[in-house]
Amino acid sequence: MSRRFGGEGLRAARHVLRAYPALLRVGFADMFAYRAELVVWLLTMNMPLVMMALWTAVAATGPVGRFGQREFVAYYLGMLLVRILTGSWLVWELTMEIRQGTLAPRLLRPIHPLWAHSAMQLAAVPMRAVLVSPLLFILYWAAGERLPLHEPERMAIALTAIAGAWMLLFLIMAIIGTLAAFVESALSIFDVWLGAQAVLSGYLVPLELLPPWVAQAARYLPFRYILGFPVETLIGLESTSSALHELGVQALFIAGSLVAALALWRAALRRFAAFGG
Amino acid sequence: MRLLRHYARLLAVQMRTSLTLAVQYRFDFLLEGALALFWLAITLIPLLVVYSRRESVAGWSFPEALVVVGWFSVLKAVLDGGVTPSLNFVVEGVRKGTLDFVLLKPADAQFLVSTARFEPWRILDFLGGIAVLVYAFHRLGRAPGVGDLMVGLALFGVALILLYSLWILVVSVSFRVVKVDNLSYLFISIFDAGRWPIDVFKGALRLIFTVVFPLALMTTYPAQALLGKLTLAHALLAWTGGLAFASIARFVWKRALHAYTSASS
Repeated sequence: MSRRFGGEGLRAARHVLRAYPALLRVGFADMFAYRAELVVWLLTMNMPLVMMALWTAVAATGPVGRFGQREFVAYYLGMLLVRILTGSWLVWELTMEIRQGTLAPRLLRPIHPLWAHSAMQLAAVPMRAVLVSPLLFILYWAAGERLPLHEPERMAIALTAIAGAWMLLFLIMAIIGTLAAFVESALSIFDVWLGAQAVLSGYLVPLELLPPWVAQAARYLPFRYILGFPVETLIGLESTSSALHELGVQALFIAGSLVAALALWRAALRRFAAFGG
Repeated sequence: MRLLRHYARLLAVQMRTSLTLAVQYRFDFLLEGALALFWLAITLIPLLVVYSRRESVAGWSFPEALVVVGWFSVLKAVLDGGVTPSLNFVVEGVRKGTLDFVLLKPADAQFLVSTARFEPWRILDFLGGIAVLVYAFHRLGRAPGVGDLMVGLALFGVALILLYSLWILVVSVSFRVVKVDNLSYLFISIFDAGRWPIDVFKGALRLIFTVVFPLALMTTYPAQALLGKLTLAHALLAWTGGLAFASIARFVWKRALHAYTSASS
């Protein structure tokens, strides 16, 4: 199946493009079936609000570095926004399919399962956008002057960074989810990933408030490009030139994870076949 | 009295099953130990960052806030080791219909599902929390007074009752809304806020964390008790609140069980 990504080239690409709209529609309908779950899942994202409460209490006696109360509010609202928009459930779906064997019928279809999954997860984005729209209003009210509404260039960078974050997280989840073919505890690995991400992406604390060597190290790790970087560009904490530079780094991470995900998928398929036959 | 002995024996049987399951995966012991340290570090990092910038936050000094974190870690270990596994057991049972087998057994259903699963390795997280508590009092340069310790332990009881009641409420919800794998995630994510003293929160969040999801009673009050800052009136209030919460939970559980029609019918 993975041949379709490489060898047959153009025909395969046309094939995927033809099937994609239908897959998106299926994904959209599927998500409507589980809307209660979606709301519960949304409520689990309360950590940025708690951190916002904490830091605004701290900043009541004066700004912390570049961050005053308004900056903290904007930062954590941005976090919430990006986290909800760019999240996906791929890792849970993949591990379940691999463990329960429901991956097998997917392999019979003439489209790479990762493409099919990407359509399912992308289809959830409009609904996610609707759900976060109230946040957007609060963000505008709290820090409107920080948003790049009148600067198309910065706006484009921020939106690209958010789209890149979606792709990067999707690919990371694909890698960790595929590991389920090799080890039993793929979900525990993802838990550890989330723990590291909470610190190194700026989700818990803005990276620039961490010790300088941690903040520096985070620039060479993928975590920051999933949350911290898109948020910082969105609320204008980053200059245009350095944001452009970091878009490049993000693209590198995306390319690297794409290669790794496809290679791992190939290896996993060989093992998966061995499971059944 | 005989009934009590009967249930004590049942509890021992259930715990032995979980223990047998756990020792099958001895290697997990090392892994869980490493993970316990990892999560403790993640819990401490925001605290360290905040207190590297300020001497005190909302009236709490660093060692005092550490007491709250230590207490939080201890409770979290109890939650992960004794509460969440059973929660997942029930939610799965409701979806697959296997809960019926439990309900058919000649013992109180609430007791059976509450003791269905334990994860003994969580004792490591528990010890980690205790270590933080000891370090916090070392930093303070004094030990908690005997009276304060007693009040603290009494409030530990309240915290356990509250945890358990909240859990029963969540399970009751799972009877109605079947597809709720996410409920345990939600529970844990809200509980995470308990690592901060309640005084940090203002307005709506503070109200929610005191009355609706009483985190204040679970972590801040016991920490204040250990620090000798809690008045007796507050301690009594906490106990009353805990008991009220427990009776509401038991009532809701009974109602939910009554309405439960199993996945097959």
